[in-house]
Amino acid sequence: MAAGNFEKYKSDGSLAGNALEWLDARFPATSMWKGHLSEYYAPKNFNFWYFFGSLALLVLVIQIVTGIFLVMHYKPDAALNANGVPIAFASVEYIMRDVSGGWLIRYMHSTGASAFFIVVYMHMFRGLLYGSYRKPRELTWLFGVGIFLCLMGEAFFGYLLPWGQMSYWGAQVIVNLFSAIPVIGGDLSLIIRGDFVVGDATLNRFFSFHVIAFPLVLIGLVAAHVLALHETGSNNPDGVEIKANKDEHGIPRDGIPFHPYYTVKDIVGVVVFLMVFSAVMFWAPEGGGYFLETPNFYPADPLKTPPHIAPVWYFTPFYSILRAVTYPLFGLDAKFWGVVAMGASVVIFAFLPWLDRSPVKSIRYRGPIYKTLLTIFVICFFVLGYLGTLSPSPMGELVSQVCSVFYFGFFLAMPWWSRMDKFKQVPDRVTFK
Amino acid sequence: MTKFLIALLFAPIMAFASGSTAHIDKWPGSVSDKAALQNGAKLFVNYCMNCHGASYMRYKNLLDLGLTEQQVKENLMFTSDKIGELMRVAARSDEQKLWFGATPPDLTIIARARGEAGNAGAGADWLYTYLRSFYRDANRPTGWNNTVFENVGMPHILYGLQGQQVMNHETHKLELAVPGSMAPAEFDKSVSDLVGFMVWMGEPQQEYRRTLGWFVLAFLAVLFVVAYALKKEYWKDIH
Repeated sequence: MAAGNFEKYKSDGSLAGNALEWLDARFPATSMWKGHLSEYYAPKNFNFWYFFGSLALLVLVIQIVTGIFLVMHYKPDAALNANGVPIAFASVEYIMRDVSGGWLIRYMHSTGASAFFIVVYMHMFRGLLYGSYRKPRELTWLFGVGIFLCLMGEAFFGYLLPWGQMSYWGAQVIVNLFSAIPVIGGDLSLIIRGDFVVGDATLNRFFSFHVIAFPLVLIGLVAAHVLALHETGSNNPDGVEIKANKDEHGIPRDGIPFHPYYTVKDIVGVVVFLMVFSAVMFWAPEGGGYFLETPNFYPADPLKTPPHIAPVWYFTPFYSILRAVTYPLFGLDAKFWGVVAMGASVVIFAFLPWLDRSPVKSIRYRGPIYKTLLTIFVICFFVLGYLGTLSPSPMGELVSQVCSVFYFGFFLAMPWWSRMDKFKQVPDRVTFK
Repeated sequence: MTKFLIALLFAPIMAFASGSTAHIDKWPGSVSDKAALQNGAKLFVNYCMNCHGASYMRYKNLLDLGLTEQQVKENLMFTSDKIGELMRVAARSDEQKLWFGATPPDLTIIARARGEAGNAGAGADWLYTYLRSFYRDANRPTGWNNTVFENVGMPHILYGLQGQQVMNHETHKLELAVPGSMAPAEFDKSVSDLVGFMVWMGEPQQEYRRTLGWFVLAFLAVLFVVAYALKKEYWKDIH
């Protein structure tokens, strides 16, 4: 439901009424409120999986607000202070100890980074379950993939800032990947680093990307994602188009206004989420050594390579795919193809709307083929993620190769297998389960 | 079917789990034992801080251990006279590098850095074992070696307390050859206190953080009841 088709507010003569009329004559306040909230009709049968969109927005706000306060005290400087510690690293400990409430703000931000990916992975999985990417919501999905890519960049740049050992060597490994690209690779990685090794120049530009460039793009994409969604209307667990069945006022019979129904429902989701979030933040802020990797409590040392460099958990599935590629091809070395495979494993999500040829959207009306393949896909994703946290081993390499082949097979063979399934009749109206 | 798939999910985790080589003892202490932390602080400034800094800590933070400013100034401050100063090391890092082959690391957050993925508390266990595992080794420049940190540059600073251990090459176990000023159990307790101090120093507000967590969770629990009732009220007509 697009904003803008609503009547302007007419004052009842009260002061507040006059103010709103004045505002409405100059700004689409009422029409935006109605179009996106009070008269945006969402399907009434949203389930558990539909909490994660609003939660992603919440985490974005948490990250921005805590980030603003962190920037007030953090110093992106790789030079050593009087105690021989890099200033950037020392400034993080300064925030943790000397800034009032600094530890809380920092833990909110570091826990928020992992929470963001958990929430976004759940949100994406919801799309796979109910075919939310299918026509007419392709563009919403594409904006979403853009958000995911942007989020990965944001997380990568942000991870360098504490300037610990894993920050430093993780950035070193990832930036070096670009050097695998033929012809332009060497210069490209030099431009990204701003130096021949990861150093002060790298830290400063990553800081700039992390606090300005990527958040700006991220917010723009989120706005586009929501606007596109509100144009087509939301999908639902039945994959039924509620706009196909409207009452005499033109309101979908299975739709309810987003506000107040989903605002009050999402508040419940927010509270439950905050309970889990707080439990981690107050009682296990290291996330068992996965949210804050323990080697990152050592300051960056360009002369001492850690024995095992592992990216943060949310990148490990893609990192495993990178490591799984061990064969050179067409005269280009395996590293290059690994980078290609890693990039493709993320970007391939963008093609889902056109790869999926099934006559139904929701898993509820799809057959055993989809259910089985999706389950194996999720298992592969978890296995790849787990293997990515470990040091390379022959067994791990073999398993990650099998999982990678399945990962890509799931997508590339989808145009065929998605048609072959045994489908159930989709109802005309949504159902409560 | 579901159970099988869940089992399948965890199978690779079992297959790849592996143990470490040296035996690590569990740190028996606790960060809520103030007396132990005070003893640990005393050991830390008297033994460790000759070479290692704790340069993210301020002496002022030691007041949180239940000490007065006077007590800290008289017993724990040797290199500075201002309570707000950072706990710096007096030795110069370039000279130390010459003596030991490497600059001794800052110890403020060493207990956190020595943790492991999947076990963030492992740092305390490692430190507790490491500080008790020095033995005489004539092949090392300092005359000391360590079973959990092979060929470490650091000599056995606490040998006056523990005494001198030697490696029995038949049993591959450490034996106390020359007793120190402390009985073994007494020494273990002292090391435990010292490790406790380092765990506390890694995040001095950690006890407060855990306590605050309960209040936040209690607040959220109340908020949940209200939010859930509100949702029920609004949704009662939706079928």
